[in-house]
Amino acid sequence: MSTAIVAPPETFNEAAFNAFLDQRDDPEWIIELRKKAFAIYNEKLCEPLDPEEWKRVDLRIFQPAKFSLSADKPAGNKLDTQLQGEAEFKGQVTHENGHCTSSQIDASLVEQGVVFGDLSALVHTHRDILEPYFMTKAVTPDRDRFAAWHAAFWTGGTVLYVPKNCSVEPPLHSLIALTQAGAADLSHTLVILEDNASATLLEETLSGDEGSPGLHLGCVELIVGKDANLRYVQLQNWNQKTYHFAHQAGLVESNGFMQWTVSALGAKLAHVHQDVVLNGRGSIGEVNGVTFATDKQKISFYTQQTHNDEQTRSDLLYKEVLRDKARVVWRGMIKVDKKAQLTDGYQRSDALMLSDTARADAIPGLEIEADDVRCTHGATAGQVDQEQVFYAMSRGLSRYEAMHMIVQGFFQTVYDRIPVEAVRKTLNDAVVQKLGIGD
Amino acid sequence: MTSLLKIENLHVNVEETPILKGVNLEVKAGEIHALMGENGSGKSTLAYALAGHPKYTITQGTVELDGAKLNDLDPSERARLGLFLAFQYPVTIPGVKVADFLRHAISNIRNPARKEGEGLVPMREFRKELKEQMGSLDMKTEFARRYLNEGFSGGEKKRMEILQLAMLKPKFAILDETDSGLDSDAVRFVSEGLTKLTGPEMGVMIITHHERLLQYNIPQYAHVMMGGRIVETGDASLAEEIHNEGYTALRERHPEAAAEQEQVEAVTQ
Repeated sequence: MSTAIVAPPETFNEAAFNAFLDQRDDPEWIIELRKKAFAIYNEKLCEPLDPEEWKRVDLRIFQPAKFSLSADKPAGNKLDTQLQGEAEFKGQVTHENGHCTSSQIDASLVEQGVVFGDLSALVHTHRDILEPYFMTKAVTPDRDRFAAWHAAFWTGGTVLYVPKNCSVEPPLHSLIALTQAGAADLSHTLVILEDNASATLLEETLSGDEGSPGLHLGCVELIVGKDANLRYVQLQNWNQKTYHFAHQAGLVESNGFMQWTVSALGAKLAHVHQDVVLNGRGSIGEVNGVTFATDKQKISFYTQQTHNDEQTRSDLLYKEVLRDKARVVWRGMIKVDKKAQLTDGYQRSDALMLSDTARADAIPGLEIEADDVRCTHGATAGQVDQEQVFYAMSRGLSRYEAMHMIVQGFFQTVYDRIPVEAVRKTLNDAVVQKLGIGD
Repeated sequence: MTSLLKIENLHVNVEETPILKGVNLEVKAGEIHALMGENGSGKSTLAYALAGHPKYTITQGTVELDGAKLNDLDPSERARLGLFLAFQYPVTIPGVKVADFLRHAISNIRNPARKEGEGLVPMREFRKELKEQMGSLDMKTEFARRYLNEGFSGGEKKRMEILQLAMLKPKFAILDETDSGLDSDAVRFVSEGLTKLTGPEMGVMIITHHERLLQYNIPQYAHVMMGGRIVETGDASLAEEIHNEGYTALRERHPEAAAEQEQVEAVTQ
């Protein structure tokens, strides 16, 4: 499927598209955007995907016709979230099978002009805020078939808008769940921080059970204004029957700061295209990645750190642990524009293999047009150091306990970069759970 | 009952190469033994083999701790029976805090039946004990929050080994060249630390080819290894003799062992 395919899957063809439009109550401007995107989707299906991005991802196992948009709004199932209860949230939005089932925001934030809620509702009331950014700058529908597919069929999603000079201290929480077998979620996360605004958004994705197949075809757009400060976390914890495809991009203006943490624990097959675009002088983008793949999971990241102006700094650290027959691919690129002098770009991926049958590929890359920059990259992959295991065992730790401690320590160096305690704890808890400690 | 570590006719291969060729040694609780010998004589091999390093294969003979045969036990099981090795080159485990590591370690040593995920020594109790032990070894408490041996100086690593010894309170401790590579102040810290820990409850085997550690911890027995065997056993005066006169006289007294040692060196280098 990385080659061209001619017709869309029947669950996402023209008839399905029209039925989808009928069933929704979108405003005209959105319907127009969807129609344009649907046309692009049909064109893009005839084009092969970028081999640089897709050649290590085997899409043959993915059969999109097995997934469809869920017409019925769920009653709002009790969801076993990891983050809930770990911190006090000033707002909470939940999506289930593509439908928003709850949305709350603290009244004090509303007073300050903060908008936090469901995209499907906000396109009616906040066109002025959304239209300039919604799939126009960070992720555009013409990127590839997945972007266009999402732009035509997006089902909802979480919007956070923080006006100029406004600081939202406690984090906000967004939950995306799939609870129905065969359901597709095409949720869209859009964060807009105006100049000198700051906020933290913690987003998690999960499945209602272990066995139901699902599809998430997501998009994340992060717009960070001048001097603004965004912390965004996405904890991907689908079940191992779920496909996860996403275009995610963050744009940072002058002296803005974006700290972006992604974790990949779940999914049968996941491919995430993550872009950090430093548009303004002095802007900073920091990326943390925690991946723990087991069984036959296939997890792929395609990351780009783009420096478009002077004195920008990007710093990406991905840590991956693999077990069983899992496979992880990381393809990273630092791009530096001609005018982006005095930039500092860094990318690193470290993979730790717990079994001989796991496989990790790390392919860092640099494209530098400026001549006065510092760009470094690195990648390591290796088995657990048996001398470490022996040392820990000689202190009374069992072999598994020793291995588990070494794995937790391996991730700890990423956690150390994450200032939100709830996230560190949640990540560690999830890793511990996946390691099977105490089972 | 006085605890006993009994090594009988121990033969050990390292990757097919025979290194130990019949070591016999008994260490009782309360005793301090010095194990001396030149590089390549088999001292560290004995230490690793006792601790159960997977690369060191026992081909013949037995090691028993209070009657329990250690040969087929993994390093964790040996540690839980009361054996401790202070490493010559302590291993770094990035991201694992000293305190977390030690809390897991002592929980297993004190409750040898403990399974992973089961209860740990209560935090308050653990913290109090750790603080006391660190204080008596003159270690700053911030070490407890650092990652195990990461960025530690040579002296700090060795002191960390002694701290672990203090926390784990083994029946038998083997110190593998704990004094090597340290300046005289660091040797003094480590030696004094060890002195505080030794007593009637613990048997100690100090592996060294210097004598500095022994000045602070006077051994009742000194053994000299050569060519994979213990060729002489005496008291502290034997250690002193080696310190003053080197190994030349010993080699002359044991020409066969000396020749075998040279052979092994030729193979392993």
